[in-house]
Parts: sequence; structure tokens; C-alpha cells
Amino acid sequence: MPAVDQTPIVEISQLRKSFGTNEVLKGIDIEVAPGEVIAIIGKSGSGKSTLLRCVNGLETFDLGTLRVQGLELKHQNTNAMRELRQRVGMIFQSFNLFPHLSVGRNIMLAPCLVKKESQKEAYLRAQGLLERVGLADKFDAYPDQLSGGQQQRVAIARALAMNPSVLLCDEVTSALDPELVGEVLKVVEDLAKEGMTLVMVTHEMSFARRVSDRVVFMHQGKVHESGQPEDIFGNPKTPELQQFLSSVVL
Amino acid sequence: MVDFSTWDIVRNLLLALRWTVLLSLLAFVGGGLVGLVLLVFRMAGRRWLSRLVAGYVELFQGTPLVMQLFLAYFGLSLFGLQLSPWVAAGLALTLYTSAFLTEIWRGCVNAVPKGQWEASSSLALNYIEQLRYIILPQACRVAIPPTVGFLVQVVKGTALASLIGFVELTKAGTMITNATFEPFLVYGWVALLYFLLCYPISLYARSLEGRFNARG
Repeated sequence: MPAVDQTPIVEISQLRKSFGTNEVLKGIDIEVAPGEVIAIIGKSGSGKSTLLRCVNGLETFDLGTLRVQGLELKHQNTNAMRELRQRVGMIFQSFNLFPHLSVGRNIMLAPCLVKKESQKEAYLRAQGLLERVGLADKFDAYPDQLSGGQQQRVAIARALAMNPSVLLCDEVTSALDPELVGEVLKVVEDLAKEGMTLVMVTHEMSFARRVSDRVVFMHQGKVHESGQPEDIFGNPKTPELQQFLSSVVL
Repeated sequence: MVDFSTWDIVRNLLLALRWTVLLSLLAFVGGGLVGLVLLVFRMAGRRWLSRLVAGYVELFQGTPLVMQLFLAYFGLSLFGLQLSPWVAAGLALTLYTSAFLTEIWRGCVNAVPKGQWEASSSLALNYIEQLRYIILPQACRVAIPPTVGFLVQVVKGTALASLIGFVELTKAGTMITNATFEPFLVYGWVALLYFLLCYPISLYARSLEGRFNARG
């Protein structure tokens, strides 16, 4: 078997961040291997969303290093940030589609501007991606004409259009009506099966258990426990994780 | 004594109205351009720069327009800079308009949800691209009604230019009154002409507001 490139996609080491005097990340170390699906769970306020937002520079951090495919994240360097962000896609809880652009334009914008793709190339890619998320007929619709679940699927297509090496999912189903959660999770699960590297913050425990390769439990700004989903959910070691799992619906 | 017919009065007022319109347009276009530059300065993220712009806005919003006109016309001449009433009025009104417009527009940019910045950031767009393709198009929708509404204030503000001897509608009214001794008739026409200029603008602003609200 040929040697597989095992350079981690994301390498986080000794990451620390404070909001004022409140330290929210207290030295985080995580490595994400290519194709790995990681679920980050924990109570609200445990720092999991902040950690995720550090990976593409939406939040700054105070100490430690963060690398994406060996590329170090440097906030002050706009060129380096532009390079890094092309490799990191992000999907938000509140979709954040651009309301003044059609669905197709939402997807085509960044590839045309940042990757200098031609309109035709971007158009064909957008078509293909919409098909992939099951919205082939919505190219010319505007975001406010779509349901929440459809908007989130467009947001996924928009992130994929940049061909990212890793996709960050920040509670992507939390703003959805219960009956729309399934269609979004289905798309994410398909991505995982196709080998996409995923880091997701989620409250969908059964989904995390089914889809992820590794679960990270965060507690008070630290990685408190991590491991295989069977171990984390089936055999939690620390009392904090036991208490957390008993408080959420599985 | 020369006899003035009503038509003579109206004709002369209409001729002067051109200057009111021209001065308004100059102030609006000039003020809009300066206001846009100030807006970019203010949002560029340098603290001293945004403080400077904030100070500028406070200064022009916190003093009467007529004082700004006097300073531009009489004040600058003390320093040997003798501006014509035309230039002084254009300058003062441009600065005044820019201060208000930049503040109106800042509010509109702030009204664009933070998620739009974050989503465009995470798609690797740079600051200029974010403004050009994501933020400003959305801010403009919100900005058009109050901006057009402010144009009415500018039109009425040009009346103060009469105080530094610029012959626009109000000044022409005063001059004709001095000759005809019919203030009620003359100023009645002056007021009517201002109204005919401003009312359509107000109506337009209101219709824009309605249209944008209906979409939101």
C-alpha cells in the first residue's frame, strides 16, 4: 500500500483565548487527520464554538499555534488568511446566505472572486453542487423563498464550491424546525461518507455517535475527554461527561 | 416707480430657483462623495481615524449651518482666503451634507447582520470585496429612503446661503420685495416654489420606504 499523506489537516496546539479576564480556551491540543470526522460536544459556554471559530480566524486567539495543512494561521497577514480560508469551509447555525443574491450567485460569488474561476466554470460547479444537495431546481430562487433546511443545504453547497480541505459545522441544525433537521444531517452524513474532513460542533448526539470517527468533549475551556464514539457515549470515564450525557437526550 | 407684474416676479424667482437647485445638487453630490470617503475611513478599523471622523461629524452636526456658512465666507477671508459667495456656500453645504450622510450611512452599514461579514470572511473574500459585493448592496437598500429624505433638508438649507449674499431663491425674493414692497406676494411665491421642489422628493422618499418595507 502506498504511503498515505498523513499530514494533519488541522493542527491545534496549546491554544489559549480570553475574553477580558475570562479564559474560554485553556490550552487546546487537537489534530485532525485527513478524512476524519470529529464531533465536538459539551455544555454551552464550554468554548466549543469559540474553538471552531478560531480555526478559520473568525476569532483571534492569544497563545498557541493553529495550522491548516501545515499553513500557520496569522491574523495580521491578510494574504495568509486568504490562503488559509480557501482551505477551510464553514457552515453557520443561522445559514448566513447573502439575501440580495440568488442561490446560484451565492454559490458562484467566492469562486469567481477568490479563485478567479470563469463564470461558466463556476456556473457549472454551482449547478452540480445544488444537484448534490438536492436543490437542482432552486438556482434562481432567492434565500428568503427557501425553507430553513433548504437554506442550510445551499450554505453547504456554497462552502463546498471553494473546494475546502476541511468543513467546519457550527451547530448547523440548531436553528431548524425539527422536521427539517433530517434533510440537512443527511447531506452532512453523505459528505462524511465521501471522505470529507469534518469538524462539527453539535447537539445532535445520536448523529455524532453514528457519523463521527472521534468525539471531543469540552468542559470549561479544556478537552476533558475524547475518544471513539462508542467509548464516549457507551463508557464515559469522567463524572463531568457522565453528567453531561445524562442531561442530553440521546 | 417701475411696475412689476406677477409674471415679472415669478419669472425672476424661477431664474433664481436654478441656483437653488444647482447649489442643492452640488452639496448633495459633493457631500455624498465626501461622506462615502469618510464612511470608509470610519470603518477601516483604525481607531484614531474613526475618532477623527466622529469628531468631524459632531462638529458639523453640533453647530448651526448658518455659522458654518459665515465661517466659510467671512472667517476664511480673515486668513486672506477670499472665497466668492458661490464657492463658500458650496463648500459649507458640502461639508455639512457629508457629515450627515456619513452618519446616516454608517447606521445602514451597521444594520447589516454580523453573520454577513462572517460568512463572506470565511469564504476568503477580502475587506474591499466584502464591502463591494456583500455589505454595501444590502446597506444601500436601507439607506436610500433616509438619504433621499435628507435631500429635502439640503434644499431648504440652501436658503441660508442668501445670508452671505448668494443670489438663490430666498435672496432673489428679498431683492424683489425691496423693489416691489409686496412681501406677502413675493415670499408666498418663494415658499410655494420651495414646496414644489421639496414635496415630490418627500413623496419619492416615502414611496421608497414603503417599497423596501414591503420586501423586508
